Amino acid sequence: MNLFNLPHTELLQHLINGLTLGAIYSLIALGYTMVYGILKFINFAHGEILMLGAYAGYFLYYFLCEGSQTGGFAIIAFVISLIFAMLISSFLGVIIERIAYRPLRKAPRLAPLLSAIGVSIILMNLAALFFGTKSRKFDYPFDNTALQLGNISVTPNQIMILIVGIILMASLKLFIDKTRLGKAMRATSQNQAVASLMGINVNFIISLTFAIGSALAAVAGIFMSMEFKLYPTMGQMAGLKAFIAAVVGGIGNISGAMLGGILLGLLETFGVVIIGIPQGLKDTIAFSVLIIILLFRPSGLLMKNIREKV
Amino acid sequence: MLNFILLIIIYIGIYAIAGIGLNLIVGYTGLLSLCQAAFIAIGAYTTAIFMTALHFGFFEAMLLSGLVAAIFGILIGIPTLRLKGDYLAIATLGFGEIVKNIIVNWDSVTKGPMGINGIPGPQAFGITFSAIDKVPWAVLIWAILAFCYYFVRRIVRSRIGRALEAIREDEIAASAMGINTAKYKIGAFTTGAFMAGIAGSLFAAYNQSVAPLTFDFMMSIMILCMAVLGGLGNNFATVVGVIIIVIASEIPRLVGISHIIPPQINQVIFGLILVLMMIYRPQGIIGRVKLNYAKIIKEEILHLEK
Repeated sequence: MNLFNLPHTELLQHLINGLTLGAIYSLIALGYTMVYGILKFINFAHGEILMLGAYAGYFLYYFLCEGSQTGGFAIIAFVISLIFAMLISSFLGVIIERIAYRPLRKAPRLAPLLSAIGVSIILMNLAALFFGTKSRKFDYPFDNTALQLGNISVTPNQIMILIVGIILMASLKLFIDKTRLGKAMRATSQNQAVASLMGINVNFIISLTFAIGSALAAVAGIFMSMEFKLYPTMGQMAGLKAFIAAVVGGIGNISGAMLGGILLGLLETFGVVIIGIPQGLKDTIAFSVLIIILLFRPSGLLMKNIREKV
Repeated sequence: MLNFILLIIIYIGIYAIAGIGLNLIVGYTGLLSLCQAAFIAIGAYTTAIFMTALHFGFFEAMLLSGLVAAIFGILIGIPTLRLKGDYLAIATLGFGEIVKNIIVNWDSVTKGPMGINGIPGPQAFGITFSAIDKVPWAVLIWAILAFCYYFVRRIVRSRIGRALEAIREDEIAASAMGINTAKYKIGAFTTGAFMAGIAGSLFAAYNQSVAPLTFDFMMSIMILCMAVLGGLGNNFATVVGVIIIVIASEIPRLVGISHIIPPQINQVIFGLILVLMMIYRPQGIIGRVKLNYAKIIKEEILHLEK
């Protein structure tokens, strides 16, 4: 099957599936890119923050409405659970930064990276220990029968993911570009020492960055457990791919992370249906993209190539 | 009991070979590689395939395993070694996942998730190595370990080793001193991969079977933990780290409580080791031997005067 033999409707269908996946990747990638922009290190535990947020939301949702209903009350419960998940994740993100990263801020670059890998493994296995390794499914709070638009079928869940994703990304972009705190974040990412001389509380800004990134990850985690499944290692692969998305867009660049996420979602979807990559090797696409990008445009699509200064 | 101790000795030997290889990459050169398990897998599968399907002898298969792993080391090395630490970590992690995916999906060669069974025991020096008698295995593996240890020790105490350490400390300064950093980095990576391949080959031949899920990300992490616990950049410390972790993870089986302790506990401990060691003792339990430059320069001058 190739691109030109596919009927237009089918192409549109895959486009929508790819965009949904891409929106989820973008939400996760934002967390990586924000932290990298300020601390210049990869928060390896980001995927686990996502996973724990999703579990928090899942448990509250089931506590509130037993998980079997749809309709008015279920939707309210869902919104409450989503916010709760965001809070729990933010809290976790801030705590992890305090305990495992802050003492290493001045250490050689390898140290925080190894520490982050350690945190990621601890959280992943604790989740497996307490919640079990079986995968769960987050039930839809609404009727998820696919809507037929012409020949394309779109589920309400996909529409929700796209809309919420766009709203969150747009408000983050506005927050960073237009508000005082956003300006402080940008200043901190450019030069921490000078930012603190200008009266910016750098530690607070770093905590805020972790909180925002983690909250976005929690939303992505809940979407993932609705669209796919919820299990203790779900954050690992999703986190890796989102990181790749951040690198593709240009790590440290907010718009780049959004673009990279969408691109990666589309590439994965179309890679399977058009190029015919077997489903089992789907994960290979993202890593090949990473290596290609790093070879030809190591600073990403939206960043200027900056030579390293001594 | 004796059998159990021999088993521990054998595993220490195998992991120490892979660990010393990783230490050369992470400890001496400062490149964070998260795909040591993938190189072990490549070595194990090369041995498995060549010994079962093509009836190679064990020692030929072992050397071949090392070489194949080294070739993959170069292949992954050339594009990724131009990257900075964090990117390299992700790229190697991705490479590890790709290797595992390919092994699971390439049914016709690797038998997929089932793995390959019935790898024949090697025959050498008039001895047949079998699963029952572990003594020849222990001797063989520790002989290979001794050779690897000596080999890496010679490397790191030479001009090459000092170049690697210079790259670890400051890559820009190292290249300003005329060190071809790409060449040394790929060299370290390839050597480390070669040793992982040898370890994988021993692993496959000793267990007489290979299965893809053994060689997952957690195995890479475990080997990394061994090196970090002992002390990065010190081979002796790495072997100590290997001994501690292998014994610690086998003791529950010895005492007979392994069925009470869930497998995740082990991994939580590995995570804790990484975090706590980085915060409180980044140089490891034993630490690193500082280069004595005055001595080195004196030796070099003596060498020149001859």
